[in-house]
Amino acid sequence: MHSFGYRANALITLGVTVLALMCAMASLSDNLNSPTPSAQVQVLNVNWFQKQRNGNEEVSLTLNISADLQSMFTWNTKQVFVFLAAEYETPKNSLNQVSLWDGIIPSKEHAKFLIHTTNKYRFIDQGSNLQGKEFNLTLHWHVMPKTGKMFADKIVMTGYRLPEEYR
Amino acid sequence: MGWIGETMDSIKSLQIRQVLTQAVSLGMIVTSALIIWKALMCITGSESPVVVVLSGSMEPGFKRGDILFLHMSKDPIRAGEIVVFNVDGREIPIVHRVIKVHERQDTGEVDVLTKGDNNYGDDRLLYAHGQLWLQRHHIMGRAVGFLPYVGWVTIIMTEKPIIKILIEREPLQIARVLSVDVETFRADCNIMSS
Repeated sequence: MHSFGYRANALITLGVTVLALMCAMASLSDNLNSPTPSAQVQVLNVNWFQKQRNGNEEVSLTLNISADLQSMFTWNTKQVFVFLAAEYETPKNSLNQVSLWDGIIPSKEHAKFLIHTTNKYRFIDQGSNLQGKEFNLTLHWHVMPKTGKMFADKIVMTGYRLPEEYR
Repeated sequence: MGWIGETMDSIKSLQIRQVLTQAVSLGMIVTSALIIWKALMCITGSESPVVVVLSGSMEPGFKRGDILFLHMSKDPIRAGEIVVFNVDGREIPIVHRVIKVHERQDTGEVDVLTKGDNNYGDDRLLYAHGQLWLQRHHIMGRAVGFLPYVGWVTIIMTEKPIIKILIEREPLQIARVLSVDVETFRADCNIMSS
């Protein structure tokens, strides 16, 4: 009853249970945080707008992405994954979401940023529906905790429009 | 002859009850672990509710040895979600993030493209030959929560007999192993080998 095996077993079981409880509490503490993020995106330039040989249209944009996500960080936050998606509707597809840029914010100090970039991932449509298309740019973020539940949210910015003609 | 008879008598009388008790206890542990596992499958709606991260293609978010909790709901798949999917012809599922979604007006069916956070390019290299998109039926669940480091126990247990070597930045692969710790009367409900 008092052998090493039994004692080690009791100790490890208690340790794991306490650890699990602490992780759960840490995750719950994230709910106390009420974040106030802000973001703004400018499309500085439409670099080119072409139709590929397979019939799909592609556009290249230069963007200014600025955001302040510092209020998302709690003591239980490991990183915030942020990405910008162009969202639009076409006759064939009720929703198209194309990620244009993403980044990882490792700490609170990096959470307020201004990025000047061309789109990291290619903006290609399924078909040729992009001429004159109105689209939203939505900044999504996924908060990845040190332990526990991940949560995500977004800011939708409307009012962007692609040119009517190829260039 | 007398000696054999004596030995048999002693074995039968003293030890059989203990042996039976141990066998029944063992059976109870295995069964309760299985019950917990199946209940988790029902609650989360996913075939494998808990998985272990095997590669570094989602770093720094998920490192090798972390555990992911999965959940599958009927909600539509949207960009940014971390999904677990099976590619035809590959036995081990992959956990990456959705970067492109195209959803049909009429049927609601969806074309999805994924990419590992730490990979340079998207997952088209990993899909089956000629496959450009994933569909809903490829996807087994979404990652909704995680625990760091806990999966190392399972990795150590499963990788000794496995000969193939995982190269850095291979797609995130998940081993499914159920580890039942019979000595110490606990069931780690992690992963089940299929």
